[in-house]
Amino acid sequence: MSALLSLRGVERSFGGLRAVDGASFEVEAGTVHGLIGPNGAGKTTLINLVSGLLAPTGGSIHLSGRAIGGLAPPRIAALGVARTFQNIRLFPELTARDNVLVGQHLRRHPSLLARLLLLRSARDEAQAARERAAALLARVGLPGRVDEQARHLSYGEQRRVEIARALASQPSLLLLDEPTAGMNPVEVQGVAALIRQVAAEGHSVLLVEHNVRLVMDVCDRITVLNFGKVIAEGTPAAVAADPAVITAYLGSER
Amino acid sequence: MGQQVINGLFLGSIYALFALGYTLVFGVLDILNLAHAAVFMVATFVAVALVGHGVHILLALPAAVLFAGLLGLVLERVAFRPLRARTDSNIAGLISSLAAATIIEAVVLEIWGPNITRFPFGTLPEGPTNQLRLLGGTVSRLQLTIIAVAGLLVLALTWLVQRTRLGREVRAVAESPRAARVLGVDVDRAIAAAFFISSALGGAGGVLYGLAFNSISPDMGRGVELKGLAVIILGGMGSMPGAVLAGFALGLTEVFVVANLGGSWRDVISFAGLFLFLVLRPRGLLGAAVTREA
Amino acid sequence: MLEQLSDLYLTYQSTLGYIGINALLALSVYVSLSCGQLALGSAGFAALGAYAGALATMKADLPFPLALLLSALLPALVAVPLGLPVLRLKGVFLAIATIGFGEVVRLGLVNWEYVNGAQGIVAIPQKASIWMISLAVAVTLYVLSRVRGSKWGFALEAIREDEPAARTMGIPSTRYKLAMLVLGAALAGLAGGLEAHFTFMVAPNGFGFSRVVDMLVFAVVGGAQLFWGPVVGAGFLTVLPEVLREVAPLVGIEPGPLRMLVNGLVLLLVILYLPAGLVSLPRRLRERRAAP
Repeated sequence: MSALLSLRGVERSFGGLRAVDGASFEVEAGTVHGLIGPNGAGKTTLINLVSGLLAPTGGSIHLSGRAIGGLAPPRIAALGVARTFQNIRLFPELTARDNVLVGQHLRRHPSLLARLLLLRSARDEAQAARERAAALLARVGLPGRVDEQARHLSYGEQRRVEIARALASQPSLLLLDEPTAGMNPVEVQGVAALIRQVAAEGHSVLLVEHNVRLVMDVCDRITVLNFGKVIAEGTPAAVAADPAVITAYLGSER
Repeated sequence: MGQQVINGLFLGSIYALFALGYTLVFGVLDILNLAHAAVFMVATFVAVALVGHGVHILLALPAAVLFAGLLGLVLERVAFRPLRARTDSNIAGLISSLAAATIIEAVVLEIWGPNITRFPFGTLPEGPTNQLRLLGGTVSRLQLTIIAVAGLLVLALTWLVQRTRLGREVRAVAESPRAARVLGVDVDRAIAAAFFISSALGGAGGVLYGLAFNSISPDMGRGVELKGLAVIILGGMGSMPGAVLAGFALGLTEVFVVANLGGSWRDVISFAGLFLFLVLRPRGLLGAAVTREA
Repeated sequence: MLEQLSDLYLTYQSTLGYIGINALLALSVYVSLSCGQLALGSAGFAALGAYAGALATMKADLPFPLALLLSALLPALVAVPLGLPVLRLKGVFLAIATIGFGEVVRLGLVNWEYVNGAQGIVAIPQKASIWMISLAVAVTLYVLSRVRGSKWGFALEAIREDEPAARTMGIPSTRYKLAMLVLGAALAGLAGGLEAHFTFMVAPNGFGFSRVVDMLVFAVVGGAQLFWGPVVGAGFLTVLPEVLREVAPLVGIEPGPLRMLVNGLVLLLVILYLPAGLVSLPRRLRERRAAP
């Protein structure tokens, strides 16, 4: 089985500081891959590198065999990568549904002329998009909040809208940056189930998460990052038993 | 040649004074204060009014400067502070400063009218040696005085910003308001101080400009406003040494352009330069790199 | 009654025309604002459009619709090479660069002898009528209303609210920003062409910095978040001076300063208390009434 996402010796430095320092790992298609590590380990930087918000200063990133390191974010998104943000970045003035509609950008192909001429086809396309957006919101557990402005939603609800927005582009690779931060246990359960379901449908998930229980439960494989370097990789059970991980991460947290 | 250098330095010193205050506020708040030119203008009118009531120019100048500084505090309070929490505060601030500028100009227009006002004859004491010969050109005592006053103000500001506690606080806020607050800096006070200093400098520039050209009207700030923009871009947004350097550079360039290409080309140079600099080197001569948000 | 109405129309005919022209100019600033870009080149674009249109009818004897097309097309073409480098700049830097562009256009015209330099062009045939201006505004509003709520409308809103995030959703923000700059340039150019043939004259100093400030003020006062806001703003602030001229003697302030004072106060109050402009006033009042 070939890797969907493959990182080789990826580096990113800010000034003299190396946030990501020669990281190499692969994410297989249709799997949930956990990325964990203590604060400041370089996890979010890595997500930014894969989604194109940052350009790597060294190494290579391949998506389905194609080099994407340093490409502009819209290009990478068009190749099938979607993401959520650690510090939620919904469009606060838009409703939950409209946020998801923005996420559908790559999947909609309306005709401007049809819309200007008030043609039936344009209306149908828009209606279908709205229904798809509502369905996605129902799927993340927010069926009643479709027309609420994003800024009026609770923290946990906002995180779920972000996931729905990312799913709206039907990505082959979904990057989730701490999707359950600030959620209550019931909400966390819901997200865990959703992640498994998404993977079962054939999307791959790269999951950055601090909730160790969640990571152990939902991930097929886990990569552990510390000081920008990969210090361990393997199945949840193998990683949990790795002495290097216990000292660097689990040990320091417990 | 020497004459042109002197004239250029003279014009440049006024541009520098104006731009220093402009760039100080930008450095601290990331906001373009378009009311700066209105403060520049109104300070001149205050000085003229004081001199008209028999106050000596050496008293009228500091009084007008103080007035400008206080006006800066009012501006900050009314037009900027309420917007600080907004996400689009730099565009909103630009617009509210525009509103403030319009209001100030309207008030001046109502009080003094649209016509050109002048300092009364004899505002500056005449002496036997009004003209000095220097570098193969003639300098008036007025010009020398203006260059000297401008130079002193620049030095005083540099000292204030680099060496005093208040200056350090202002710089800390410019660097990062959040970090400054964590370090115990009273951010509101530092921003107010920046506005006071900025507006006082602008006012000083205005009075000197008024004395130099003695043609004072409610719209006199407008030309300088856009020149000031060119200067702060050229110098690097937020960089005070850059503003001074670029002020003198623009003053000299303009004088040479007028002498060699004709007066109608003077402004073309500054705006074409402004434009090219923004496109090719947005950080200006001495500015820090324009940071790109991830 | 009908006669009185037609009298009223004749008296305020020119005001109506200016409302329409100002509305187009305000919209030209608005379209860039709709994706978060403060681009202030519209005075320069309007100047290009006005001169292109005037030269087309006077020197080339082109039919008026063709001249208007040229008025819109020339600035739109100029906006492409202008936008590519300039749109990399953010916030006030973009504003300053575009102001610089506008001033270069104005000063270029001042120095261009062929078009009489600072005097400008006079005795332009009056070919623009109220209905043409109204039609231009109506068509623009219709197109903008169809963009709103469409895929492109959402993309613009997303760019305005959080450009980097929008880009990760596959929205090519640079292309959108450029498209809006070009559209704004075309609208400003069209307004310039109409104005030249409505007032019979154009001069470079009518397209200075204060002119683009006026356009921005129309857009902001009316409301820069909805496409009809700029039209409301242009209408309100174009009629206001007419009203103030009547009021000025009563309050004992000269009409000129009074107009500026009221403009400044309106702008300040709107930006402080009604950031979404006058068009949001009814909604705000309803919320206020519902709140307690």
